Amino acid sequence: MIDLQSVAYNYGGRELFSGVSLSITPGSFHFLTGPSGAGKTTLLKLCYLELMATSGRVSVFGRDAAQMTRDDIARSRSRIGVVHQDCQFLDHLPVIENVALPLTVNGKDPESARGDLESLLAWVGLSHQADRRPPELSGGERQRAALARAVINAPDVILADEPTGNVDWDMSQRLLSLLVELNRMGTAIMVATHDLNLIRAAKAQVNTRTLRIADRRLISAGADL
Amino acid sequence: MTIASFRGFLLGDAQADRAVPPTGFTASLTVFAAAAMSFLAVFALALSLTTERIAERWSAELARTATVRIAAPAGQIQAQTEAALNVLRTTPGVAVARVLSTEEQQALLTPWFGPDLPIDTLPLPQLIEIEEGGEGLDAEGLRLRLSAEVPGAVFDDHARWRAPLVQAADRLRALGLFSLVLIGATTAVMITLAANAALSANAQVIWVMRLVGARDVYIARAFVRRFTLRALFGATVGTALAALAVAFLPGEATRDGFLTGLGFEGLEWAWLPAIPLLAAFVAFWATRMAAFRTLKELT
Ligand SMILES: Nc1ncnc2c1ncn2[C@@H]1O[C@H](COP(=O)(O)OP(=O)(O)OP(=O)(O)O)[C@@H](O)[C@H]1O
Ligand SMILES: [Mg+2]
Repeated sequence: MIDLQSVAYNYGGRELFSGVSLSITPGSFHFLTGPSGAGKTTLLKLCYLELMATSGRVSVFGRDAAQMTRDDIARSRSRIGVVHQDCQFLDHLPVIENVALPLTVNGKDPESARGDLESLLAWVGLSHQADRRPPELSGGERQRAALARAVINAPDVILADEPTGNVDWDMSQRLLSLLVELNRMGTAIMVATHDLNLIRAAKAQVNTRTLRIADRRLISAGADL
Repeated sequence: MTIASFRGFLLGDAQADRAVPPTGFTASLTVFAAAAMSFLAVFALALSLTTERIAERWSAELARTATVRIAAPAGQIQAQTEAALNVLRTTPGVAVARVLSTEEQQALLTPWFGPDLPIDTLPLPQLIEIEEGGEGLDAEGLRLRLSAEVPGAVFDDHARWRAPLVQAADRLRALGLFSLVLIGATTAVMITLAANAALSANAQVIWVMRLVGARDVYIARAFVRRFTLRALFGATVGTALAALAVAFLPGEATRDGFLTGLGFEGLEWAWLPAIPLLAAFVAFWATRMAAFRTLKELT
């Protein structure tokens, strides 16, 4: 669904990474690790078309990213659930409406998904925060809300950047099990994280691949975990 | 835009609308600007409709008020009328010269003497109505020729003094229409500026909406709807206030008086609802263009 072929990227200076090839297929579960500043977030942004590769080819749902119009990008994004590292929300709307945003912008009536919304918020432990505004939430609560927003529209792919960075171990297990559950139903998942324990916990439940960005290369890092 | 989609646009889309935070400042600016502009538009419209009315009335009077009067002993009237018509036929600038019938003359006199006037028994002058045309009439030349060839003829063009007034009225009317265009353009400019301000203040909101897959039309709609409704509201208030002001202008007295005649007559009032609708239309397109331009830049 998302394919990268010898992709390179730089923010104007030297290459952050190059020769990166990666294929996100239906039902796959990837972890992306690497030192801070290696380019994990950047790689995810290439996948959800926030950035365009400086060389190589990115294709999303079978279409070349370089050829896409803004509308094409929007259509692709409505099939990709993104947990952004900084967890950006519409700060004037209550959490529940923020979580429902992928539905509303795609013309779906959030009222008809009310049940899903509420059980999802309960799962990520935000039932009591549903009517609060995002700025009133803690960092961990915001991450959970961001994950809920990423999954609400039943996307084909979930790209999550440090989704468990600010939550305790028990909560990170709950969030992981949500992702595992979705993955078992066929959703492709890619999680960027530093948390090796999270990766180990996932490996115990589903078939995952771990990729590592280091020295400007993307390498497979299964064995050393 | 069909009626149904327009209705959907006004009533629905509350969701898209909510995604953009309410911005008190640009909101009240837009409402005020729309109200002020339509207030002015009402006066510009009143000016052009009034001057049009006056110009029409005056030029109608102009067209029919040049006459030649033949006053002669009963036996000579016929001959002198023929002679005068001959002179008129060969005078440049006379489009039509027509002898008024007895009935027409009677109709002219009825307001003064009542219907029972036995007109044929009175020594009335014969009237010849002149319509000017072509290169314009040399009144002095005509007067000289008539006095030489038709002793009983008097050329009367006392309404000619109105010609420059008609011209002035036409000019004023054009200025009024031009002002309307300027007002419309200024409204478009102000709404574009306000919309741009709102769009750039909401760059973050737009980014989040895009992250979850919102298309440009969806994002634009939230802004377009809100600015259109604000303009519609402001313009309705402004138009209503100006209409009241015009309705209560001290008026009447003379029909021709420009100052006392300023306003709307009868069906002309029906033009007024067009002003808020036009303001909404202008706001719709101004915001839409501003939104798509900004959204294109924000990639
Ligand atoms: N907009 C930008 N302009 C210039 N440089 C940037 C920009 N965003 C990121 N960088 C640089 O690119 C490098 C990779 O950033 P990125 O956010 O992809 O790292 P990361 O692997 O996600 O790090 P972390 O684990 O800390 O989240 C960093 O050195 C960062 O400073
Ligand atoms: Mg990062």
